[in-house]
Amino acid sequence: MPLPAFDTPLIFETGQEGRANRYLPEGPALETLLPREALRDDLPLPDNSELDVVRHFTRLSQKTFGIDTAFYPLGSCTMKYNPRINDAMANLPALRDVHPFAPDHAAQGALAVMWELERALGSLFGMAAFSLNPAAGAHAELAALLIAKAYFKRKGEPQRNVVIVPDTAHGTNPASAAMVGFKVLSLKSDAHGRVDPEEMRKVAGPDTAVCMMTNPNTLGLFEPRIHEVSDIVHNAGGLMYYDGANANALMGNTRPGDMGFDLMHLNLHKTFTIPHGGGGAGAGPVGVAAHLVPFLPTPVVRAFDAGGNAVDASGWRDSTDLTFALEFDRPQAIGTMRSFWSNFAHMVRALAYTYANGADGLTTVSQLAVLNANYIRASIRDVVDVPYDEINRHEFVASAQSLKRETGVRALDIAKALLDRGYHAPTVYFPLIVPECMMIEPTETESKETLDQFIAALREIVATAKSDPEQILAAPVNTAVGRIDETRAARQPDLRWRPPA
Amino acid sequence: MLRVIGVDTLDDLVRVPDAVALRAPVEVTPRLSEIEIAERFGRFAERTTAGGYTSFLGAGAYRHYIPPVVGAIAMRGEFLTSYTPYQAEVSQGYLQAIYEWQTYIALLTGLDVANASVYDGATALAEGAIMAVNATGRKAILISQAVHPNYRAVLRTYAEGLELTVDELPYGADGRTDLRALDAALADQRYAAVVVQSPNFFGAIDALPAGVAERVKSTKTVVIGVVAEAMSLAALAAPATWGAEICAGEAQSFGNAIAYGGPHVGFIAATNEHLRRIPGRLVGRTVDVNGKTAYVLTLQAREQHIRREKATSNICTNQAHCALCATVYLAALGKTGLRGCAALNVARTNELKTKVAKLDGFSVRFGAPTFNEVAIRVPGRAADVLSALERKQILGGISLGRWYPELDDCILMTATELTSSADVDRLTTALSEFPVRAAARV
Repeated sequence: MPLPAFDTPLIFETGQEGRANRYLPEGPALETLLPREALRDDLPLPDNSELDVVRHFTRLSQKTFGIDTAFYPLGSCTMKYNPRINDAMANLPALRDVHPFAPDHAAQGALAVMWELERALGSLFGMAAFSLNPAAGAHAELAALLIAKAYFKRKGEPQRNVVIVPDTAHGTNPASAAMVGFKVLSLKSDAHGRVDPEEMRKVAGPDTAVCMMTNPNTLGLFEPRIHEVSDIVHNAGGLMYYDGANANALMGNTRPGDMGFDLMHLNLHKTFTIPHGGGGAGAGPVGVAAHLVPFLPTPVVRAFDAGGNAVDASGWRDSTDLTFALEFDRPQAIGTMRSFWSNFAHMVRALAYTYANGADGLTTVSQLAVLNANYIRASIRDVVDVPYDEINRHEFVASAQSLKRETGVRALDIAKALLDRGYHAPTVYFPLIVPECMMIEPTETESKETLDQFIAALREIVATAKSDPEQILAAPVNTAVGRIDETRAARQPDLRWRPPA
Repeated sequence: MLRVIGVDTLDDLVRVPDAVALRAPVEVTPRLSEIEIAERFGRFAERTTAGGYTSFLGAGAYRHYIPPVVGAIAMRGEFLTSYTPYQAEVSQGYLQAIYEWQTYIALLTGLDVANASVYDGATALAEGAIMAVNATGRKAILISQAVHPNYRAVLRTYAEGLELTVDELPYGADGRTDLRALDAALADQRYAAVVVQSPNFFGAIDALPAGVAERVKSTKTVVIGVVAEAMSLAALAAPATWGAEICAGEAQSFGNAIAYGGPHVGFIAATNEHLRRIPGRLVGRTVDVNGKTAYVLTLQAREQHIRREKATSNICTNQAHCALCATVYLAALGKTGLRGCAALNVARTNELKTKVAKLDGFSVRFGAPTFNEVAIRVPGRAADVLSALERKQILGGISLGRWYPELDDCILMTATELTSSADVDRLTTALSEFPVRAAARV
């Protein structure tokens, strides 16, 4: 399905005086309302008719590949179908328009959404409590490390300033650690792509603050000795942090809390079917074990029964007979992470998804995500390298190393050839420890037919690479543009349009 | 599928060691059909009664008219369900839209460059402060008390991690930042940045007066301008013109719903000098192999997925879709629509001010000119007045005493183009009854 190749001028290069749309009633001129020196001289923006605006952005959408377009096996990003009911619920006017400073009594339904979701997540992932405050996964990592810092300060162990991350970790892990002044210690994975408890024993010590891991790890492999790793870190006095990017693999099967994790985040926009929207907005609740609850970022939603007694449910419960309040006054809290309480519209979407599945449905989600990923691995392992060729979880890593040696075709070229064939590319060149790697995550929402078509396309690309490598090296040719001069983009930054002088 | 994989059952694929196996069923929601989901969320909506009130709430989240064209475009599946445009050849449309967003923000703020968005206004400020820290090597920030209290709170949260000191400048009698202590504070050159917000939290236009920014910069201190109400950019002097080198702001007002506080969309704009310290994604225009115009994520050597612990920020996911909504909104409103909208905001707020100030016991607290918010002094405690208004189905604003104990007789009230004269009259009628009722209680 080739994308249209037509050029679209910038919105600033179109439009004319007199093409303004009439959205608003006439009002007084600004100059009559405010002192001259407070006003700007000029507002150099175009006036475009609504039709021209619609055509402009419709064309741009046609040059954009989404899950709705076709298969999107972008590893670590969990590009599953986003059910439209989620958006419909988030757009209910009462929920869409409620102001964050509305008094609690006028926002009970919104607070109920937040509380029900928070309790469901707590039970699903084995955490005592979540704060829905952080805006995204990396933001929640930052919150969690601030919690760790506050916890050790309060315990009188401020010397703990080392964060241990496996060499397979997401880049946000070390970047978040740096933002709280922690030093990063990168731990080499063993020959099986796992964290070796013996290696952890060597590095965990009195300076260990937090060990950040994800399980399954970014190779898509389950860490079977995770409880030993947790014990080692705990015995050294450190905390275990779970990076929830890969949570789609384990719902209803095992829980970070049971693996010994004290802190975690979730990328609700991955596991809980919130549209990624071109890179955001996401949502990143941060969860903690009981001993860290006082440190959670504010506000936290509290529930009360008819008698006004605080309700502390172990998991989800129906909120109909409860009342709710935002709690800000939590003396040990690390503070607040963003302007307002949460990315609330996404909490609505995530809760709607939870209702659409229930416990059994969520368990099936994870099982099918794992099934689909293993099916692709088993179906391509004879034509590309699979460096860790064993049962994987929701994603796996293939490599074009042998193909590159043989034909000169690299992972990047395979990615571009997939674009030509109407598929989105896998994540390439991550994790960093596998050369020429392609990280493939199909998710559970794809049919066997789609997987088979993708497998056939990948096999055909490899065959073509061997018979006619130039064809693959020239890809993509069916897309709106060909390969892009990224060096020029970086060396001569052109980051905005400027009005003609 | 199982046969191809070489296992017998699904359980063979997901087996975990006994030590970490789930011991009891998880307690989550029941499983409902779509009809039942709609019913259930209909009840959540019914319990959210704020929409039934006449509202004068603002304070960082603003009720503006959103033309239906914004939703119609933004809800297109290609935009909604794409990821960060790593594969630029199949993301040219979204990349161009973000390039247009960066241009709109640059033009509105008067600065050279803007990024592809950050989480919201408060985190934009925190990230802007980090830019200034990295630019100067200094570890203290001087911020006006008239900056949004939530923004200052987030700055303090981030500062705890980075071990920064945050000191505050007081506000003056007219509601603007009191700059009298500024020169003394700057003398020992320990601040990375001076932060002011305009319009500030009290609604007052608080752009730095002529000459001040030059004095700040002469001490190699960065001026950060905060804009919590982006609509003001259509009317007021651009932050660059009063000296901001970094502008950290919130663009929810451009076509994004309030949604109980999120998702909204933060932006960072800066002079070219700060380009390589900007956090998050940047879209650049370049060419493809055939010389055709093309857009791509660029200068990625700043970012976490390349630089890891040496990155300028840990941000990965941003607010791209909210930025897209803003871009469509800005395109639809255009210069004429935006200026008209900004003017209506000022006009309705001036009407509110005039009518409320005529009431016995009520007055405008500060003298500085305002954009679309105003601090109103009331007879008695603001919280009591607000409660009385709520009983008349009016959300009158927020009590400034929540953050400023000395202002616990003041309400911050907001009027936008959606505030009608009838709304203002309902408010003034309700307020006019208040002193009588308060007296009656005594």
